Amino acid sequence: MKTLRLVAAGTALTLAMVAGTASAGATFDAVKKKGFVQCGVNTGLPGFSNIDDKGHWKGLDVDVCRAVAAAMFGDASKVKYTPLNAKERFTALQSGEIDMLSRNTTWTLTRDASLGITFTGVNYYDGQGFLVKKSLGVKKASELSGATVCVQSGTTTELNLADYFRSHNMKFTPVTFDTGDATEKAFESGRCDALTSDQSQLYAWKAVLKDPSSAEVLPDVISKEPLGPSVRQGDVQWFNIVKWSLFAMQDAEGLGITSNNVDDLRAHSKNPAIVRFLGKEGDFGKMLGVSNDWAYNIVKQVGNYAQSFDRNVGKDSPLKIRRGLNALWKDGGIMYAPPWQ
Amino acid sequence: MSDQTNQSLAPSKPRPWKNPRVHGWVAQITLLLGVVLFFAYIFHNTQVNMQAHGISTGFSFLSQPAGFGIIQSLIPYTPASTYGRTFLVGLLNTVMISVLGIFFATIVGLIIGLARLSHNWLIAKLAAIYIETFRNIPLLLQVFFWYFAVVETMPSPRQSLHIGDVIFLNIRGVYLPEPVFGPGSGFILGALILAIIAVIFIKRWAHNRQMRTGQQFHTVWVSLGILILLPLLTFFAVGAPLTWSLPKLQGFNFTGGLAVIPELTALVIALTIYTASSIAEIVRSGILSVSHGQTEAASSLGLKRGHVMRLVVLPQALRVIIPPLTSQYLNLTKNSSLATAIGYPDLVNVFAGTTLNQTGQAVVIIAMTMGVYLSISLLISLFMNWYNHRKRLIER
Repeated sequence: MKTLRLVAAGTALTLAMVAGTASAGATFDAVKKKGFVQCGVNTGLPGFSNIDDKGHWKGLDVDVCRAVAAAMFGDASKVKYTPLNAKERFTALQSGEIDMLSRNTTWTLTRDASLGITFTGVNYYDGQGFLVKKSLGVKKASELSGATVCVQSGTTTELNLADYFRSHNMKFTPVTFDTGDATEKAFESGRCDALTSDQSQLYAWKAVLKDPSSAEVLPDVISKEPLGPSVRQGDVQWFNIVKWSLFAMQDAEGLGITSNNVDDLRAHSKNPAIVRFLGKEGDFGKMLGVSNDWAYNIVKQVGNYAQSFDRNVGKDSPLKIRRGLNALWKDGGIMYAPPWQ
Repeated sequence: MSDQTNQSLAPSKPRPWKNPRVHGWVAQITLLLGVVLFFAYIFHNTQVNMQAHGISTGFSFLSQPAGFGIIQSLIPYTPASTYGRTFLVGLLNTVMISVLGIFFATIVGLIIGLARLSHNWLIAKLAAIYIETFRNIPLLLQVFFWYFAVVETMPSPRQSLHIGDVIFLNIRGVYLPEPVFGPGSGFILGALILAIIAVIFIKRWAHNRQMRTGQQFHTVWVSLGILILLPLLTFFAVGAPLTWSLPKLQGFNFTGGLAVIPELTALVIALTIYTASSIAEIVRSGILSVSHGQTEAASSLGLKRGHVMRLVVLPQALRVIIPPLTSQYLNLTKNSSLATAIGYPDLVNVFAGTTLNQTGQAVVIIAMTMGVYLSISLLISLFMNWYNHRKRLIER
């Protein structure tokens, strides 16, 4: 069935190509006209994009889609989600099936340069690691020589895995699955000694094991995985909206604006940075082609980056991932958004 | 003068533009031209627009290093190999699963089909239940069942089930001793080829003799004797150059020996059982299509029951069996792409999966993959049509 979808997407791509090239602003105008953002997300990754028990999409990646909708329409709920697996994601974006991709996707040179897409920023700094059964007695990745490793197909993970074992002169046997679910199930059944993926995913998968305490994430990080949203090339206006919607969440955290105090700050704050950010001064919204209170809408409806992080993957979630690299620069992390000027 | 008479006597030929044959040709050519132009337009447009979107395309990626590992490969493969190599690895794995599936499905299907026609009530009913059950459950579910519910519940490598210290069975697969042929093994292979050629000649000679004199020859036993004895004698003559590499638990996994990965096992079982249920019905319909009078006539000639089936019924049934059997073979080959769901490294998994994602060459890769399945299917069709032609009823 996956193949069928892929073929369909491929056909759609061909047809979209036939339909003609997009001119600048085409995606922005099309989104504005249809009244919602079509956002490509993960088919199911707890903390990043997942459907909750009420049928709503939730997660760190989902919040980026919602922030863009809040910026565009002043209503974070104006999003339609397209769940995509790793193989389908780029074709879906290239063909115009989705307007933006926010699906724990690693920003790499090849993807920027040869796929006709472009990354707008980083919403999670990740790194690849290993999840192993405690009963194996493995404490470091370098003890994994000869191991069978489960990995999801169509990811940068597969390359990093082969690179790591090659550069350390170790042998391994990869078992490659189509979906994260199948990968996790195979690991749980003992088909593999280790499961490799971005560490954020490892924590998510560990949390859904029958006995989460039977496995552990090794401390080694074998790669850089900056995950972020991406858009099609050729529409700078749309690129800017997606880029700055994410920056807005990060800048809001830096300015101490949360969804709880944003109304209060809008009414009373004299801090020029906050006044500019919330759109009471300047024409920042107009420059981007949206209303001037767009950043206010994002913070009010989606929250700032810290709120989104804590709620989805951080201390208020089952994953309990620490901020680490993903803290703001002034708190020891590397999250850094350009200034609001 | 004579010319004129001839002309007036001949049936008047219509002008070309009024000739229905010409009309037909013109219409056909126009249509063909239209179709070709249409696809040329789509092809060109896709290229131009992909370029405009900044999507690079073409076949150059095939010579770049792939950089990822593949669990099972019939040809030497390392992560340093090229994408072109991954294509070959995937292709061979697909061919392998198809050949294995077709082989086993045909045998199981034949047995079940015959069983359903058995006069033994219990055997016939069991065969009927088998067919109705497996034919009506979606194949993907069966694949999942065999993989996740059966194969994946095997014990871990350290608690392997084993026969002696030779064969091991665990969740990572079946580990068998692997024969390692030493120098001089070429002679054994040569002897085997010689034996096969001898058997072909004996068969021909026996056939001719039976046609001439009516005397039968014990072809089967003599052939079997030659096929086994000749290579065996050679084997000892060159000094038994054969050792076995035994699987041994080392670190996490077994090393040495021949490993059959569980993904392959599960997929072959699922494809075999599913396709066999359809083949069984095809076999049954073929046999039932041979009129009962033929069986009775053969019996009244004094043929044994086995001979009636082998010499009279099956040859006639084959004519009915082969065309739908071909479709089943094609189905099996195409269904083998479900491999990707359980991580068997077939073409769809390693090429239309990983390679596509690493390179982003969706259009080229999907086209190549479709081309492969089309080619395999056409090859099977060609072969089966040839076989069908051979087995057709020769009317005298």
